[in-house]
Amino acid sequence: MLGFKDFWVLLGFLLMILSAILCVIYGLINWNHGVEIKSIKLEKEKRWAKEEAKIEKVL
Amino acid sequence: MNILLLASFVIIYLFIIGFLAYYGYRGTRTVSDYMVCGRSIQPYIMALSYGATFISTSAIVGFGGAAAVFGMGILWLTFLNIFIGIFIAFIYFGKRTRKMGLNLNAHTFPEFLGERYNSKFLQGATGLLIFISMPLYTSVVLIGGAKFIAQILNINYDVALFFFTVIIATYVIMGGLKGVMYTDAFQGGLMFIGMTLLLIITYSKLGGVINAHKQLTEMSDVAIKIFGAKGHTGWTSFPTFLSEFWLVLVTTIILGVGIGVLAQPQLAVRFMTVKSDRELNRAVLVGGIFILMMTGVAFIIGSLSNVYFYKHSDYKTISFIAANKNVGNIIPLYIKNAMPQWFTAIFMITLLSAAMSTLSSQFHVMGTAIGRDVYEKWLGGKGKPILITQMGILITILISLFLAWGLPLFFECGTAIVARGTAIFFGLCASSFLPIYIGALFSKKINKTAAITGFIMGFIVSFFWIFFVHIKESRPLLLCKTIFGVDSLAQGTKWAFVDPLVIALPFSTLATIVANKFGKPLPSKHIKKCFKGIL
Repeated sequence: MLGFKDFWVLLGFLLMILSAILCVIYGLINWNHGVEIKSIKLEKEKRWAKEEAKIEKVL
Repeated sequence: MNILLLASFVIIYLFIIGFLAYYGYRGTRTVSDYMVCGRSIQPYIMALSYGATFISTSAIVGFGGAAAVFGMGILWLTFLNIFIGIFIAFIYFGKRTRKMGLNLNAHTFPEFLGERYNSKFLQGATGLLIFISMPLYTSVVLIGGAKFIAQILNINYDVALFFFTVIIATYVIMGGLKGVMYTDAFQGGLMFIGMTLLLIITYSKLGGVINAHKQLTEMSDVAIKIFGAKGHTGWTSFPTFLSEFWLVLVTTIILGVGIGVLAQPQLAVRFMTVKSDRELNRAVLVGGIFILMMTGVAFIIGSLSNVYFYKHSDYKTISFIAANKNVGNIIPLYIKNAMPQWFTAIFMITLLSAAMSTLSSQFHVMGTAIGRDVYEKWLGGKGKPILITQMGILITILISLFLAWGLPLFFECGTAIVARGTAIFFGLCASSFLPIYIGALFSKKINKTAAITGFIMGFIVSFFWIFFVHIKESRPLLLCKTIFGVDSLAQGTKWAFVDPLVIALPFSTLATIVANKFGKPLPSKHIKKCFKGIL
């Protein structure tokens, strides 16, 4: 198949292409994921700002 | 090769590199510029620069040449490069290394291991091992680049090597690391275009994908006639199981490099320099395609070059013989003969930049290993660490240059020395570092005794196998001959062809596991600090 003589070489050829496709799919799905620390910080900051606003109102 | 054409390409290339280096330097002067840049365009550039640093000339010239001898079974290495070297390494190793490195405030790979296991000895010994063994890897990158220049410009190898080293040394010492991201990305882009064109032109010359493979399959008889005694069965099939060729292809090239990539110090350092997991996620996408187009294409072209040379009226023979039994010359010879002149010029620049981007990071890693890890942390040395690092860089450049000059003289001509040198370094790293690196990232129970024992065991077994058993190295290294009067202690048996990694890695893993039963556990406070933010 595909002009190869041996099954194992064919398998290597196909696995090579499939693994590259796997990387592309993973990368696309997770393109914007992975900045959790910053978002937590941002939420913390938002929470802090809300608290601050509340305190100011009370005062 | 038309010198005028080449010269104009080189001038344009250097001009662009110079501009990008300046632009990068200017653009990253303020923190806010850096941050904004990091949020918008940087990921693409960053991901491309990853690829450019991963792939050196030796991956294209050396391993491409090896593919011309061993055939397409070597594509398993590309599969491992992508699946283990990118997918597993980035997602499972990279993210943890980044977080743990941050928790421990580690800046180098030895420092990472040293801090993780609370051991200055481990940091120093790891640094020393890198400093001693890495020049071998660096020298094969130099050999790959210099051989290509010598072949294309028709000049003496020693002359090419000397000028190539001087250019890179200047580049590193002048502070070329600033703005390296932009130049790397440009170089990565060039490499990508170059290899894509090479693939398309080669397949179309040979009548399409399947047709080209078929023609190579039809040449099996020729392969068996020349290499049959060593187990060759053709370029589109694996060598005979457990034959000499099979052992070299599977244990040294595919496993040695494919698994060794996980414990490479330069790679681990890269994980610690990225800002968040997002960069690693994006790099998986670009890295996967990039490696496919670099090593995958080089291996396919290397194998198919046999069809080209066999049909060529001037050669009428296989690549190995067309290149005077010099594996490193196969890819350059193919490019010179089969590709248009403008492509040769582009390809030469591509390879130069591949070597430059890899070498600069290698010199950096070796310099920090000797300056920070060995001198400053292990030996408690005082003084100017920067000066020590610079001295370290200079010494490693000289050692690498010496090795690049001496290795091709030492080893037999037909040996794929470029591929083997890389495999030795990767194998040494894998057997000495991999079990304790995995333990550091994934086990909270592993202790200092286990780490030190595993490291020493991996190193000793590898060292013993390289110097006394694995005949491809033990013969030219002469130590075995001097002491025991034979080229290898396993001479005449198949053990002499089994790669050190396949023997040393199980030993070091076992030693790590057994020693873990004896040592004292690390303080729970320290473990908490290491694994902070890691699930």
